[in-house]
Amino acid sequence: MSIQEWFEKRKEAQIERRAKEIKGVENDAPELWTKCVHCETQLLKTDLEENMMVCPHCDYHYKINARKRIKQLVDEDSFEELFKEIKPIDPLGFFDTESYANRLQKAQTKTGLNDAVITGLAEICGHKIAIAVMDFEFMGGSMGSVVGEKVTRIMEKALELKIPMLAVTSSGGARMQESALSLMQMAKTSCAAGKLDEAGILYINLLTEPTFGGITASFGTLGDIIIAEQGARIGFAGRRVIEQTIRQKLPEDFQTAEYLLKYGQVDIVSKRKNLRRTLANILEMHEK
Amino acid sequence: MATVLDFEKPIIDIQNKIEELRQLSENSGLDLEDQIESFEKQAEDKKKELYSTLKPSQKLQIARHSERPKFLDYVHIMCEDFIELHGDREGMDDRAIIGGIAKLNGKPIMIIGIQKGKSTKENLEYNFGMPQPQGYRKALRLFKHANKFKMPIITIIDTPGAYPGIKAEETGQGAAIAMNLREMSKLSVPVISIISGEGCSGGALGLAVSNVVMMLEHAYYTVISPEGCASILWRDAGKFADAAEALKITSKDLLELGIIDEEIVEPLGGAHTDHVETAKAMKEAILRALENLSKMSSEELRIQRYDKFRKMGKFIES
Repeated sequence: MSIQEWFEKRKEAQIERRAKEIKGVENDAPELWTKCVHCETQLLKTDLEENMMVCPHCDYHYKINARKRIKQLVDEDSFEELFKEIKPIDPLGFFDTESYANRLQKAQTKTGLNDAVITGLAEICGHKIAIAVMDFEFMGGSMGSVVGEKVTRIMEKALELKIPMLAVTSSGGARMQESALSLMQMAKTSCAAGKLDEAGILYINLLTEPTFGGITASFGTLGDIIIAEQGARIGFAGRRVIEQTIRQKLPEDFQTAEYLLKYGQVDIVSKRKNLRRTLANILEMHEK
Repeated sequence: MATVLDFEKPIIDIQNKIEELRQLSENSGLDLEDQIESFEKQAEDKKKELYSTLKPSQKLQIARHSERPKFLDYVHIMCEDFIELHGDREGMDDRAIIGGIAKLNGKPIMIIGIQKGKSTKENLEYNFGMPQPQGYRKALRLFKHANKFKMPIITIIDTPGAYPGIKAEETGQGAAIAMNLREMSKLSVPVISIISGEGCSGGALGLAVSNVVMMLEHAYYTVISPEGCASILWRDAGKFADAAEALKITSKDLLELGIIDEEIVEPLGGAHTDHVETAKAMKEAILRALENLSKMSSEELRIQRYDKFRKMGKFIES
């Protein structure tokens, strides 16, 4: 290899390294650019990442996974994960077009999670909280036995430590593959929320895109304060089911956070970039 | 003419033969009693065989049978002096959920249920047994009334699900159900629930966080309707029989899973064939459960109810 060749190789490697840096560490897509799914503006992926996965042009809030959400909300290095050892099984031997066991394994590989919620202790601007964050990427964030158990345990932890509880939801509802066992998680988590209520412990819901079905009909709406992230769709029944039942066209903004605010169903609609500050303020004002 | 379910056809065929023989015997004066008796026995045996080997999808048909007893039928057969208490006090009286005070064997109870109609006109009034948030809030008001005056609460559930509508969403369908789940866990009186027909999803659970949950033999209880599940997972609502199988929706399955505490046996041929017998069996089961729960203090009732739901779920820890 001539000196010149060596220099050229080095230069190429440098360019590649820089490109990787720009792409961001978590990014596995080869392109640097992306088109906003909402306004179709060309965006540099790093700009989108740096803007908390919110389009800098149209303010569209992208769905984000549980790890990213935790990173955005809580103080750096303050998160201590709990109940990670609770793992799902296939209690009914459920098989549709594919076995539940298979679907679980795929979701686990895809997300690196055991199930659709991460639970633990953290701090927001120095305020200690117990936190549960759902992950939509894991089977649509659906709640089966594991999600129900982890949410219940972290609520019990909040009760034990007498610290506020924050539940960040993103879910299509109860998990069909565990049938009635999933349904009962709605009762279990709601009863646990009842304990927090009786003990006078602050419970905050943060509803994010999307929160539906068994989640809005259980721990997802039992908070003392309900915050919805801008643009999130929130409801009990899905839009299609409602349209089929009533045979009417629904308003364009039906079941959005802003729509629910208008009808008195949530306390606050917040942009992603303001969430941390809003939460910190609320926590501060409820400190005993 | 009673509605005939397709799988009941073999029984109907035998019954038709019996009818023919009766006619023949009447017209000709021949004594055909022996033959008739043997066919009657055959019909009975066939019925027993059919009803002991029902598939989940067949149970669905029975649970949804138009002549199956409705909530108010049970109230009128089981209770005395029912006084309906109306309204959520916030502008609505949802007719899909009916509740009131009554006497059961002379003792006051609060009885609340989801009502379906027997005709199209009635079904429109009761919204096909699909409650609105206001119905759940009315129920909660009545739960609190019962709690205040120390009356046991009985809920009877028969719903294809909470109503999916615009106003229901605007007034917090999810939140209304969630609030009931939470507040039911705090009640200091005995709470007994019976899934009598369809027990679909959160709409059913919203009245069923109870000390004792029972199910009629051919009722079903599930997280989602088999049709809904089939259209999502199989992408074909026509696969509902497969979904019904996979979802484990029958009383036997749910007893095994520990989701319900007791199965109430129906008269042979299903509850629709004998409303009085069905209501009697239900009343006996309720009285037995009440007797057991009456030995518990308010605190014990709350703890028992909480612990029962706290334990539900299957997972591993490693």
